[in-house]
Amino acid sequence: MKFRYLPITETDKKEMLDKIGVSSTEELFSDIPEEVRLDRELNLKKPVSEFELKKELTEMASKNANLTEYRSFLGAGVYDHFIPSVVDHVISRQEFYTAYTPYQPELTQGELQAMFEFQTMVSVLTAMPIVNSSLYDGGTAVVEAVYLSVAQTKRKKVLISAAMHPEYRQLVETASNGKKLEIVEINYKDGLTDLKQLEQELDENTAAVLVQYPNFFGQIEPLEKINKLIRQQKEAMFVVSSNPLALGYLTPPGEFGADIVVGDTQVFGIPAQFGGPHCGYFATTQKLMRKVPGRFVGETVDRDGIRGFVLALQTREQHIRREKATSNITSNQALNALASSVAMSALGKNGVKEMAKLNMHKARYTKQKLEEANLPAAFNGSFFNEFVIKLSKPVSVVNDQLFEKGFIGGFDLGKAYPELENHMLVATTEIRSKEEIDVFVKEMRDING
Amino acid sequence: MAKENFPLIFERSKEGRLGYNLPTLDVPEVNLEEELEDVYVRTVDAELPEVNELELMRHYIGLSNRNFGILSGFYPLGSCTMKYNPVINEDVVRLPGFSHIHPYQDPKTVQGALELMYDLQVHLEEITGMHEITLQPAAGSQGEWTALMMIKAFHEANGDHHRDEVIVPDSAHGTNPATAAVAGFKVVEVKSNEKGLVDIEDLKRLVNENTAALMLTNPNTLGLFETEILEMSEIIHSVGGKMYYDGANLNAIMGYTRPGDMGFDVVHLNLHKTFTGPHGGGGPGSGPIGVSEDLAPFLPKPVIRKNEGVYELVYDLPQSIGMVKSYYGNFGINVRAYTYIRTMGAEGLKKVSEYAVLNANYMMRGLEKEYELPFTQYCKHEFVISCKKQKKLGVRALNIAKRLMDLEIHPPTVYFPLIVEEAIMIEPTETESKETLDNFINAMIQIADEAKSNPEIVQEAPHNTVIKRLDETTASRKPILRFQREG
Repeated sequence: MKFRYLPITETDKKEMLDKIGVSSTEELFSDIPEEVRLDRELNLKKPVSEFELKKELTEMASKNANLTEYRSFLGAGVYDHFIPSVVDHVISRQEFYTAYTPYQPELTQGELQAMFEFQTMVSVLTAMPIVNSSLYDGGTAVVEAVYLSVAQTKRKKVLISAAMHPEYRQLVETASNGKKLEIVEINYKDGLTDLKQLEQELDENTAAVLVQYPNFFGQIEPLEKINKLIRQQKEAMFVVSSNPLALGYLTPPGEFGADIVVGDTQVFGIPAQFGGPHCGYFATTQKLMRKVPGRFVGETVDRDGIRGFVLALQTREQHIRREKATSNITSNQALNALASSVAMSALGKNGVKEMAKLNMHKARYTKQKLEEANLPAAFNGSFFNEFVIKLSKPVSVVNDQLFEKGFIGGFDLGKAYPELENHMLVATTEIRSKEEIDVFVKEMRDING
Repeated sequence: MAKENFPLIFERSKEGRLGYNLPTLDVPEVNLEEELEDVYVRTVDAELPEVNELELMRHYIGLSNRNFGILSGFYPLGSCTMKYNPVINEDVVRLPGFSHIHPYQDPKTVQGALELMYDLQVHLEEITGMHEITLQPAAGSQGEWTALMMIKAFHEANGDHHRDEVIVPDSAHGTNPATAAVAGFKVVEVKSNEKGLVDIEDLKRLVNENTAALMLTNPNTLGLFETEILEMSEIIHSVGGKMYYDGANLNAIMGYTRPGDMGFDVVHLNLHKTFTGPHGGGGPGSGPIGVSEDLAPFLPKPVIRKNEGVYELVYDLPQSIGMVKSYYGNFGINVRAYTYIRTMGAEGLKKVSEYAVLNANYMMRGLEKEYELPFTQYCKHEFVISCKKQKKLGVRALNIAKRLMDLEIHPPTVYFPLIVEEAIMIEPTETESKETLDNFINAMIQIADEAKSNPEIVQEAPHNTVIKRLDETTASRKPILRFQREG
């Protein structure tokens, strides 16, 4: 078998071995003790040619029902949005996708500037002055916000809204075991964080309050009131996880006094791809800048006075601080941050607002039509592009039947909230047409009939 | 030609230009401002740039031209495995059946995706010699953390709550101690000996009933194989500790030996290194971990099980450490890794390690006259040189790195590992030809000559890049982290 990624010929090999002064490559491995040597070939599937592999993997991919063939009303943290063609053309440039982290700024000005622009775009959307150049995903960003809050306040109690993404809450739970944190879940009431319980739990041991905006049910949390409650307990950190697309229309958390705003930019230019890679963002105040996890790109000048960009504030990071680092994070999601930057650039100031509003209009139309079909909404507050409806049957049964009709139905809330059995979280984005919504509603009525 | 600032996309913005058109508003418009409380309606628009499509493309292509990728030239960045990223991977990951599937779809509608993940796990289990793999961690450092949390859970399940020390070699990558601290462990450092290997006597002194684990890379960060690995495993296991393998350097040993056979209990892999997930300018990566049988009950959830030909996601795992990453890991990177493994097979992967090691040893020999080799035994896939001789002439490792840029080569890693003075760490990878290696050797010899005859040209490098040396101190002292419009 020949391997097209391996250029060393037999002649090369011989010349190289001569130069090294050995007779075979085996000698170069002679430092591996006999006892740990593998004395057989690895038992893997046989290598396949490019043509055959592509055929096989295309067949494997076609076993998945994909969102370009099915009309999806599924969201729950991952959304099916329009991705402009420019995005893939930019991120397919090898200069971007094959490069390493830009530790050598003279050769990586393109990447560095793109990340600086990303930081600026997220800053503009969230109304927070300090933004890093991305984290793994929205969930990781929430965990890092908890770490930072605990480090900053030197307290161990964390209040987390039950209306936050259930998986994000689970991640915080897992992480709390490393740092021995006390995690208190604040219930929801009418689809919003229960402010009474929040007030009762807030005390001088509280490191942070975590809410989601819009929350997991799509509802718009009253950030103004929550901030007022937190400020009575001065030093607790106000952490908001936020869908950045919603911030095209909603007042940004930065204007409500948030200390840390996190989330995922998957909504801008990143396909669902079975849950990852997506792209976390982390935004905060000037005061907390030197404790932020991950990488920052900063502006500076070269020796001729030309503007350039570098990784800034690296002394916070693990490769310098080692066990004293605030976080162990190394890689980020640069390529996905770039994809989001391109999508945000294409949308621009007006597009992001228009797209947010399109989502709101279409989601309201879907909700209204479902209600007319006797499928009542569970909560009646203002929402973004997702809402909860009560079904007459188990969600899994309904979804199976919807699937037969070419639809991917909403999220089964009973899986994460036992009290919400037979409740479906329905998302409608800008890509759903009126006709698709009408057919979906008709099927829903028939199934639940 | 006078150099100018390359404009920011915000500086290209002009009121009234647009680069999008959105799907049609075909449903009745609702008066949103009436519905929402005033305070929740944004009053100041988000000032994203307003550019049309051509300007947008020129901007980003312009930026890409100011960036150096693996197809731009040789990229021998030590410890990073900058091998060729096959383009077929990029095609496969963009198949709609992989890129446009939602993590909360019913598992029976995504059997192909689960099959790929399951089969990738099976392949990685065989390559590493581990009992079970999870693909959840997003990258190496999250994999490390997951592994340590599992080790912690294991000890606690045995009632060993006192085990709070993790031993890390002084040559280790910075993530190892940082991760240990984040997972709630104390870090104990073990010394390296004069051969660049872990000092066994020092290790014996450090272990005790508080030892939770040893974190080790093998080959280590100097590119050297820890020949006494079995004795080290024995020392750690004899006090009840666990052996943790940092898989950053797996590219050196595939098909020759396996972490599982060396006595490791947990292994993390960097699919974006060894298995050609591209580095993406800093990510995304993928950092699966593999575990021995006794640690398997603590794996993060969910795990994939195959039951009568049907793939399932299983969450009911009473001893699991919980969830460590939303959904199921960085699937897109895992698809690329799978595509690569299926292209290479067992035969190909062994050749990968063979040539990676051959290339590194060839380069090491080519540089030994002009540069000092702190360790002279055969290296594995990478090696470290010291620029002590050049330092005496006033030329530092960093200067040499920057001078390589003028010769259209991406610099190797500098000043790592920390235990070698003026270190340059070089990893050629198996995908580079002899001609490329010779060109690099010649470039390094040329620079060594320049250090003697014309040190300024090296000290002031680079000369041919789009910008010159940047003022990094001010960038950190008075950070400017976003664009602000004047006025």
